[in-house]
Amino acid sequence: MSTPAFSQSTFNRNLKKYYTFYTGGFILFLLAIALAEQLGMSRAWIGYWFLFATIALYAGIGWMTRTQDVAEYYVAGRRVPSFFNGMATGADWMSAASFIGMAGTLFLSGYDGLAWVMGWTGGFCLVALFLAPYLRKFGQFTIPDFLAERYGGNIVRFMGVICAITCSFVYVVAQIYGVGLIVSRMTGLEFGVGVFVGLAGILVCAMLGGMRAVTWTQVAQYIVLIIAYMTPVVWLGVKHTGIPVPQFAYGYTLQKLGEVEKKITADPKEQEVRKIFADRAAAGRAALASPDKAYAEGKAKVEKNLADLKAANAPAEKIAEAERAVAAYPANVNAAQVQWRREAGLAARAAPPRPHAQAFPGADEAAQNTARLNFIGIVFCMMFGTAALPHILMRYYTTPSVQEARTSVFWSLVCIFILYFTAPCLAVLAKYDMYTHLVGSSFASLPAWASAWAKVDPSLLSIVDINKDGIVQLAEIVIGGDLIVLATPEIAGLPYVVSGLVAAGGLAAALSTADGLLLTIANALAHDFYYKLIDPTATTARRVFLSKFLLVCAAITAAYVTSLKPGDILFLVGAAFSLGASSFFPCLVMGIFWKRASKWGAIIGMGAGLGICVYYMVTRYPFFGINMPLWFGLSPVSAGMFGLPVSMITIFIVSWLTPAPPKEVQELVEHVRYPNLVGDNVVSEAR
Amino acid sequence: MQLTERHHEYWRKNLVITAILFAIWFVFTFVEIWFARELNSSMTFLGFPLAFYFSAQGSLAIYVALIGIYALIMRKLDKEYGVDEGDLE
Repeated sequence: MSTPAFSQSTFNRNLKKYYTFYTGGFILFLLAIALAEQLGMSRAWIGYWFLFATIALYAGIGWMTRTQDVAEYYVAGRRVPSFFNGMATGADWMSAASFIGMAGTLFLSGYDGLAWVMGWTGGFCLVALFLAPYLRKFGQFTIPDFLAERYGGNIVRFMGVICAITCSFVYVVAQIYGVGLIVSRMTGLEFGVGVFVGLAGILVCAMLGGMRAVTWTQVAQYIVLIIAYMTPVVWLGVKHTGIPVPQFAYGYTLQKLGEVEKKITADPKEQEVRKIFADRAAAGRAALASPDKAYAEGKAKVEKNLADLKAANAPAEKIAEAERAVAAYPANVNAAQVQWRREAGLAARAAPPRPHAQAFPGADEAAQNTARLNFIGIVFCMMFGTAALPHILMRYYTTPSVQEARTSVFWSLVCIFILYFTAPCLAVLAKYDMYTHLVGSSFASLPAWASAWAKVDPSLLSIVDINKDGIVQLAEIVIGGDLIVLATPEIAGLPYVVSGLVAAGGLAAALSTADGLLLTIANALAHDFYYKLIDPTATTARRVFLSKFLLVCAAITAAYVTSLKPGDILFLVGAAFSLGASSFFPCLVMGIFWKRASKWGAIIGMGAGLGICVYYMVTRYPFFGINMPLWFGLSPVSAGMFGLPVSMITIFIVSWLTPAPPKEVQELVEHVRYPNLVGDNVVSEAR
Repeated sequence: MQLTERHHEYWRKNLVITAILFAIWFVFTFVEIWFARELNSSMTFLGFPLAFYFSAQGSLAIYVALIGIYALIMRKLDKEYGVDEGDLE
């Protein structure tokens, strides 16, 4: 994008010019597609255009910024101005889960979903206060670099590498999953093909130019994703609140929503549907209690019904229906039990809607307090995890100075804040729209978007007339969280071009995060593992080549793991944060703020934190099948709440029991504490 | 190198600033969550129940402000104690 001969200020001016042109160009592109839609371009083609135009754009930026230089490859030459680094961090940070999943989670769980909103923003305070400026002053390439220099020795570096790769890999699988999902939705390609199309986009970019290419692509991706998120919200806001910034006015919509919820709770037709579900759930539970008897009785009943109808010479269609019921009856007790369990699960749908703004619902005081503890657990682990995820911390190595690193955290959070304070608003507006327009409408005239989405994917939206009155009741609707963001443009009655834009935004969010994560994994392997631990004489060209090669390997491995569709993605993401919070955060922060923290303190502390965290997850998460009782009722996702304090205390105790770190290390600590120290003889910054 | 008394003073001030901002962060995060039920039933702000407002918007805005304030104060402190990096533009 520029040659090193340019001064920093010319560089900054040019950047502003490039990205202004770029944003203008993107808006023109949108208008052109909108026009083409009016002229009759098909929906499939709009999808293709958004997919290929944006991926080609990111690949183009990757090509333009390709590099072989080590400092350019690892830290974008350390001249990314704070505002641009903020945008890049924003895109790096906001994943498919934030873009598509967050508003849906808020829609479904109301106040309790806000734990993710707080957790994923407040962590940047910790980054700003405890890490970013000091890591920037230290100025190497990776996070294990810092641990190794500060605590000395290869064991620490090796543990750092392991932790960095574990957190990042778990997280990248979730991103690639998101990429596949969006690409297949957008174009109708198969999931597996979607994964590889998206992956190609990631690779061209990250492989050619490392951090430099990733940075400038992420800035471009941030612009796409923020335009995509805001457009439908502004529209919906004008419709319901009358102003284009509904973020400040949806409190009143929230009040109206509360009244609608009360009306729905009291509505006799709604109660009728809920009663049907409650009865079915009770019947299912009763059958599960004595399966053999229930199976025989059920079978006898359908058979008797058929015999009765035949004996009474009933109309042919009634007999056919009864015959189908006999044929559909489970073949054996085991199959019947599966069905009964499903029926018993309907108890959840028998409950009236929960007030959206209510905090910590629960039957009694104790249940409410457990809900509060779990809310705190998620906030705690997401925050401290934020301040420990290497792909985010790495971004603060790329600014020109300590000062810029501090302002850069500010801009990062501003960029993230814009989306995160909109998500709860979107959830409330979409919910209000749905509760007032969809609920109470007749099945004969469902809104077009509702019938369209119910056809596309029943797990996202299914509406069945349970009590056969021809009117939609809330209890008859099942909504998947991902629907909210994807369908908002249609709910708001916007042209299809906006739906394409939203999908492109989701893709940008997933791709940008995957880029950053893959680069972190490749750098940990090539720089920390190969160059620092195995072959310190490797030439720079060899190191950069190796990193590019490993990037491709990591991407393919991640795509392979993704194609196996491993269980609960949200648990995996949460686990990555808990692991980061228990392993990295304590030793990074204590390494800066406490000179006495020693090598063995760090090693044993990291091990203890990680150990407790993994132990709690493995013995409590249902997937592993051990299911020991929870401590204080805290869910295993928040294992970091035990891991982090254990790690801190261990570092503290072991450091006091072992010798103080040598003088050079103490000088290094002093060195990172002052942005500029006259007469300082520690030179840590790698060029 | 040997740090002077002024260097130590700079670091102490940095610690005090960090501690104050950290305390504000703690109050608007964990104390707010702890009393969420009471806050929600106590009053509304712009139509929001109070705890909902803070968790969805207010605390987030305070986080942004805290980081901005930290960057500004530290920039001034760096200059005052002569440990700044000079003008980079």
